[in-house]
Amino acid sequence: MSLIQLSGISKSFAGVQALKDVSIELDYGEIHCLAGENGCGKSTLIKVMSGVHAPDHGEMRIHGQKRKLLTPIDAINEGIQVIYQDFSIFPNLTVAENIALNTELAQNRKLVNWRKMKQMAKQALEKVNIQLDLDAKVETLSVADKQLIAISRALMHKAKLIIMDEPTTALTQKEVSSLFSIINGLKREGMTILFVSHKLEEVFEISERITILRNGKNVVSERVQQLDRDKLVFYMTGRKIEESYYEIKKDASIPILQTEDLGLQGCFEHISLQVKAGEIVGLTGLLGSGRTELAESLFGLRSATSGKIFIEGKEQQIHSVQDAIAQRIAYVPEDRLTEGLFLEQSIERNMVISVVDQLSSRLNMLNQTKVKSTVQDWIKSLGIVAHSPALPVKTLSGGNQQRVVLAKWLATRPRLLILNGPTVGVDIGSKEDIHQVIRALAQEGMGVLMISDDFPELKHNCNRILVMKNGRLVGEMAGKEWSQEEWTRLQETTS
Amino acid sequence: MKKVMQTSEFYVAIVVLALFLVIGSQSSAFFTITNLFDLIRSGIVPGIFVMCAMLVIISGGIDVSFPAIATFSMFCSTKILHSMHYDGPVLVAFLLSGLIGLCLGLINAVFISLFRLPTLIVTLGTSSMFSGFLLTFVGSSQISDLPKPLLTFSKEQIFKFTNDSGITVGLPVAVLVSLGVIVLVALLLRYTMMGRGIYALGGDAVSAQRIGFSPIRIQFFIYGFVGLMAGVAGMIHTTMMRNSNPVDLLGTELLIIAAVVLGGTRITGGHGTVLGSLLGLLLVITIQNSLILLGIPSYWQRFVIGALILIGTGVAAYQVKRSIMKRKSIVS
Repeated sequence: MSLIQLSGISKSFAGVQALKDVSIELDYGEIHCLAGENGCGKSTLIKVMSGVHAPDHGEMRIHGQKRKLLTPIDAINEGIQVIYQDFSIFPNLTVAENIALNTELAQNRKLVNWRKMKQMAKQALEKVNIQLDLDAKVETLSVADKQLIAISRALMHKAKLIIMDEPTTALTQKEVSSLFSIINGLKREGMTILFVSHKLEEVFEISERITILRNGKNVVSERVQQLDRDKLVFYMTGRKIEESYYEIKKDASIPILQTEDLGLQGCFEHISLQVKAGEIVGLTGLLGSGRTELAESLFGLRSATSGKIFIEGKEQQIHSVQDAIAQRIAYVPEDRLTEGLFLEQSIERNMVISVVDQLSSRLNMLNQTKVKSTVQDWIKSLGIVAHSPALPVKTLSGGNQQRVVLAKWLATRPRLLILNGPTVGVDIGSKEDIHQVIRALAQEGMGVLMISDDFPELKHNCNRILVMKNGRLVGEMAGKEWSQEEWTRLQETTS
Repeated sequence: MKKVMQTSEFYVAIVVLALFLVIGSQSSAFFTITNLFDLIRSGIVPGIFVMCAMLVIISGGIDVSFPAIATFSMFCSTKILHSMHYDGPVLVAFLLSGLIGLCLGLINAVFISLFRLPTLIVTLGTSSMFSGFLLTFVGSSQISDLPKPLLTFSKEQIFKFTNDSGITVGLPVAVLVSLGVIVLVALLLRYTMMGRGIYALGGDAVSAQRIGFSPIRIQFFIYGFVGLMAGVAGMIHTTMMRNSNPVDLLGTELLIIAAVVLGGTRITGGHGTVLGSLLGLLLVITIQNSLILLGIPSYWQRFVIGALILIGTGVAAYQVKRSIMKRKSIVS
């Protein structure tokens, strides 16, 4: 008998089949991983399990008992708790309220008992063994703390199954490991965890069994020992993705970018680095190591307060974004949704925004034919999947949105491309496509500075990797030699 | 203590206190019972309005229709009672006005909650509709001979004092209604699940739904409650003015919203307290009533209130930015 068993589940929305004959079985006390690319039906399956969507066909058993209709309240009463990607917490309420409000609501209370609420919250936090100020407003806490609150909240309700939807997306490496130790602790207490992810390393590290979905269908459900990285990638994407390392073809003599002793008060100091033509240089470090600030200084978003910047050997002043663009530097920001794109505007407009002046005629009118052909070129060469370039960008998937940002900056023909988290929130297939584009660009002579947390991404795409800590560069190695151990060593020895 | 000093209420209180001291030092008329009662009296109707506006803003919306609802409710009720030469308990007048207000508030709720239209647009629309309907179909001239029970109510006073010059001053009984509403809202927000639901809705609507709040129910409650309160406030206004005027409350919404925002309620929703909003109101009323004692022309009042809003929100934004910068310093 298993905790929950779904068999032959189908579900369609307005004619689109989201799930086709999907089956999954979760045992008591197991850490099960649900893997698959974006849009493969993972979220729909979670929603079926938590009673949000009723399946069109299929059977559901909980503790071996057949359940016809499952409402969200039923699911909660059965001990099924979902921790959504955004944690569903309230930034304006206190820690105690965020943890206890659910339970209070489920008990259909009309009045609030603050003392009881604090007591409940305290107990819940003790279960995951952390301490937080119960009266603090949640907006003042870190992402990791917010997640712990979401987990504590899930535990409140005599949870037997906790479903975590992409729980590591916004966490740093260190926070991920502490999350994993909490998950393992919960498992020891008999909790079943369904871990939804498309990050391969995590899937292998944490889970005992893996169920993979592709295009709304079951591909495989196996013990983790029976799978390896290549198989998993193949099952998820339906194609083979080669592992390789990026190596620079020939060494250019003059670096495209060189900094000497660059510093920005309170953010970073003594940064001396080089990016040569054809190089993809990785830049990594914990969140808050100063890496994003460094990238923003190079792009003129914050002026460096000391040191020098050389572009192709000549010293240049970069005090504004206009200065950076004039030096043909492009920057693809960390949060493409807020910084890189105008979500409501069309794909076409987003792509040409940085080159409007090149596409306009003498009377400052946009040359529409030129715009159309430029846009078509980029859609083709970057492999953007869109029904029409006139659609708003927000209708695209994460991977495609990221490509639109790339197109926007590539349209300026930059010599130095700075990428910050180029594939955050992008699934493996699209990720590989984006990596290929970046490599091709470097091979054509562009210099690329790639900031990332994603170990394999750095390893397989960068010929050199720089490590930052507390605002300083603390290490450098070749992409091939990059390893988790090396990273840990750098973090520990220099502190 | 440190926690108290971080709240926005603390800063508003300081500004109010400073203003009191400045005006008081310049004019001996300021710190008198007469003036104090004047201040309180002019805060009775706005006091209820401030609660209305605050509830909506905390829930993540904005309501500009409450003066129109108040006017519609009180004018219709007065008209009805007037035409039937009503002579019963005054409570009926308040109930009638409140009930009409409740219905109008629910119209707002239908558009906002069921049709999911933006709150500002809906209330702008209904506000104009309500007052247009009132002036076209109900009447556009004021009613000066109020029904007897209303007149009697308007003359009743509590806390009567006779000052040095032999004039007796007191507060209208209506001040108790206002006080009741304020206490009710404070208890509602702090000690009921509905109240916490309003904060939750303003903090994150999607999450509120996920953990089991019903946004539709909460919004119906808010706009219905606000309508009811506006109706009651309208009737109080009528009794205090001793006539029923179909236009004179219109246009007061901006000052009320200004008071709420000055009191630390965030226009983006999720944050706000009864104490803060009352302090904000006190600030606005003091400026309106007492700046004149300093010899500052009354046109300047609007300018000063506007400037206070800009400075107030500016300082708050600067503090947030500074605390983020402090937390973010990387180089050790």
